[in-house]
Amino acid sequence: MQTTEETIRGLFRRMIGDEKHIWAAVSTTDTIWVLYDRVLNVSPENIQDPDRDRFYLSKGHGPMAYYAMLAAKGFFEPAELDTWTQLGSPLGLHPDRVLVPGVEISSGSLGHGLPLGVGTALGLRAGGRTARVVVLIGDGELDEGSNNEAIEIAGRLGLDRLTAIVIDNRSASLGWPGGIGRRFEVEGWRATTVDGHDHDELYKALTLEPDGRPQAVVANVRAKEGVAG
Amino acid sequence: MTTQADRKLMRTVFIDTVIESLATDPRVVMLTADISSWSFDEARERYPDRVINVGIREQAMVSMAGGLALTGFRPVVHTYTPFLVERPFEQIKISLGHQDVGAVLVSIGGSYDDLARGRTHQAPGDVALLDTLPGWTVHVPGHEDEVEALLKDALSGDGRVYLRLSDQVHSEAVPLSDEFTVLREGAAGVVVAIGPTLRQVLEATAGMDVTVLYASTIRPFDRSGLRHAVDSAAPNVVLVEPYLAGTSAHEVAEALADVPHRLRSHGVRRDREVRAYGKAADHDRLHGLDPASLAESITGFLR
Repeated sequence: MQTTEETIRGLFRRMIGDEKHIWAAVSTTDTIWVLYDRVLNVSPENIQDPDRDRFYLSKGHGPMAYYAMLAAKGFFEPAELDTWTQLGSPLGLHPDRVLVPGVEISSGSLGHGLPLGVGTALGLRAGGRTARVVVLIGDGELDEGSNNEAIEIAGRLGLDRLTAIVIDNRSASLGWPGGIGRRFEVEGWRATTVDGHDHDELYKALTLEPDGRPQAVVANVRAKEGVAG
Repeated sequence: MTTQADRKLMRTVFIDTVIESLATDPRVVMLTADISSWSFDEARERYPDRVINVGIREQAMVSMAGGLALTGFRPVVHTYTPFLVERPFEQIKISLGHQDVGAVLVSIGGSYDDLARGRTHQAPGDVALLDTLPGWTVHVPGHEDEVEALLKDALSGDGRVYLRLSDQVHSEAVPLSDEFTVLREGAAGVVVAIGPTLRQVLEATAGMDVTVLYASTIRPFDRSGLRHAVDSAAPNVVLVEPYLAGTSAHEVAEALADVPHRLRSHGVRRDREVRAYGKAADHDRLHGLDPASLAESITGFLR
């Protein structure tokens, strides 16, 4: 299936009923789109391959963009989207790796994806693999202490196959003085800040050559706007 | 419970076994949060990607174990009991259980091994907490010689295993079994001793006409073993556990659901937080786990 804007809009519209989280989903759409279209080496054909790239949606709320992209890429049938949040559906407000083909981690409770990603990146390195681990978190989620533990550890271990994408819609209650990128840089990460709706900027930031440091990409997004109307 | 004197500590057996396993099993990864990390210094030099000290960051440590397990490794996660089970409990629930992956959690400190440090270093509720989550195997060895086999078995699998080490031990190792080991048989009731409580139980019940069961693996709970023991004795059950009193009471209720029975539970008291220092023997008395207190309680219960 072509991942055109029309396609993504159509897939979004098959899911209904999440008024609270819908904009959070939209804030991730462009990033997930670029990742699955142009960056990650992952598909239904290689999902069991230990050398595949991993994408961890840590910001589990608002998974509609994720589900739409997985359906577009053939991990499951688009008709599954019609069952969204119904009894018996694999698709809930928070993704479950046991229920949804292509979902790598079960998320919802905030602050788990990044330390899981650190462990995965460490395991891949210990196994001599060069696959990437990309973790998507929110700027509010960054508040969680576990994320900050993980940022510190990843920087010290030089996990340069690990990328943290921070979707910044300014929802962190106490903010990030000095900018989110700075929080990562002081711990030894390389940080890039981009327009989270600009596919070329996202692509460029997500395809930098490894340099021995884990990478943070801060994606600034417009709250309450996006591809799904 | 008695403190080891001229014997190998459970902690030492654990460290030696992990170091040996790192050499023989490439799946094994050791994660520490400073506690005991110095014991793995040499191993860390030899296996820098498989022996990681994360500093005092227990939440991330447990989640990292989940990430490692997702790539096929067998993580061992270690620190003091309260910082392994209580502080990162949600990580245990979500980053291990909800990801449907396993790890081997190894704690030291038991319920009150390190009394001089006070209540902050005690976590008698650890097994009860893990009991709220499905799929955990819980080992509570009572002798250092039980540790190696339990740990090696845990490392060879891929499930979620908690190994609760303590400085409190009994004098002789009991052959390992997934089932209760029958140490004595009697008619007046069944006394269940878990791990390090065995010495006190044997001393307290000397001369009593009771069956004594022992287990170093308490989850899964050997319901059929208890049922079988109760078939041959009066249905008076006494649980003696080295952690929170009554932790296994619900298991007894399930095992004997259709048998009228009585239950008395011994363990770390629930009614108040004991804020005292001293020695383990002092706290055994404060919690009613010393032989004299147990003997008095059991005698009264069976009367």
